[in-house]
Amino acid sequence: MVEIVEETARTKSIAFELESWFGHRAGQHVDVRLTAEDGYQAQRSYSIASAPEDDNLVLTVERLDDGEVSPYLVDELRPGDRLELRGPIGGYFVWEAALGGPVLLLAGGSGVVPFRSILRHHQAIESTVPLRLLYSARSLEDVIYRQELTGVAAKGAVDIRYTLTREQPEGWQGYRRRIDEELLGEVAWSRSEQPLVYACGPTAFVETAARALVALGHEPGRIRLERFGPTGG
Amino acid sequence: MAALDGNAIAGTLVAVFDTELTNAIGACARCGRRSPVGEFAVYLRGPGTVARCRHCATVVMVIVEAGRVSCVDLQGLEALEPAA
Repeated sequence: MVEIVEETARTKSIAFELESWFGHRAGQHVDVRLTAEDGYQAQRSYSIASAPEDDNLVLTVERLDDGEVSPYLVDELRPGDRLELRGPIGGYFVWEAALGGPVLLLAGGSGVVPFRSILRHHQAIESTVPLRLLYSARSLEDVIYRQELTGVAAKGAVDIRYTLTREQPEGWQGYRRRIDEELLGEVAWSRSEQPLVYACGPTAFVETAARALVALGHEPGRIRLERFGPTGG
Repeated sequence: MAALDGNAIAGTLVAVFDTELTNAIGACARCGRRSPVGEFAVYLRGPGTVARCRHCATVVMVIVEAGRVSCVDLQGLEALEPAA
């Protein structure tokens, strides 16, 4: 581990210098395996937050109080510590230039992590594929990568919108409700533009997004989902 | 218990099958629904890992890892085809 960055009160980005790596595709994850002195092992899967083009591999981890792995990664791990990573893993929830677009990314909470990889990859390859991100968070303080996302949006290459579901700052101009059919009707490209849609977040968020998109007439085959549960740990 | 999806067991599948499988197409032996393995409903909290068909809830995969032995039951799958 080479660097740790606090993203929110519960979330940190942890950068690793890898001994050997075969490269990853934007959207993939790695399994982190911890082994206790008595041989007990715990393993969890984390989305990769860095682009394939970045120097280090970055994982962004949210601390779950009753988790087995995330409290160690977020609170205990120090620069110089070594960790066993297995990956890259997954070929389904992946975006690369050949898949085209336009691309709509729907993030619920820390479901934004694989999209940081996709956004950075999109930027690194100077892709002209239209990209739009709708990010649902409880409050502005819970928004991960806030500064970076603001910078990306300011360049104009990517359209980034937020919905804050629990608490909004004074004068908030963005959306202020949970994702639903009406909201997606406003944000999503029309079905005639055949967007490729990725939704990542808690199971309920992802299921709601998928149902709403299908109700709006989007083709299920163009929608890719990644659910993570409170069991992530 | 909320289900995750096949992406959550991508690493386990690589360990067992030695190949990336979330993009592969699995056909449910009961209802015939074909879907990417990444879309199966996956339950991790039991003693083993269980994947079910999202259409009819039939158990399509059971994976139990005991020490260095992995037991894999795919009786609920009619076919498992690599991604095109």
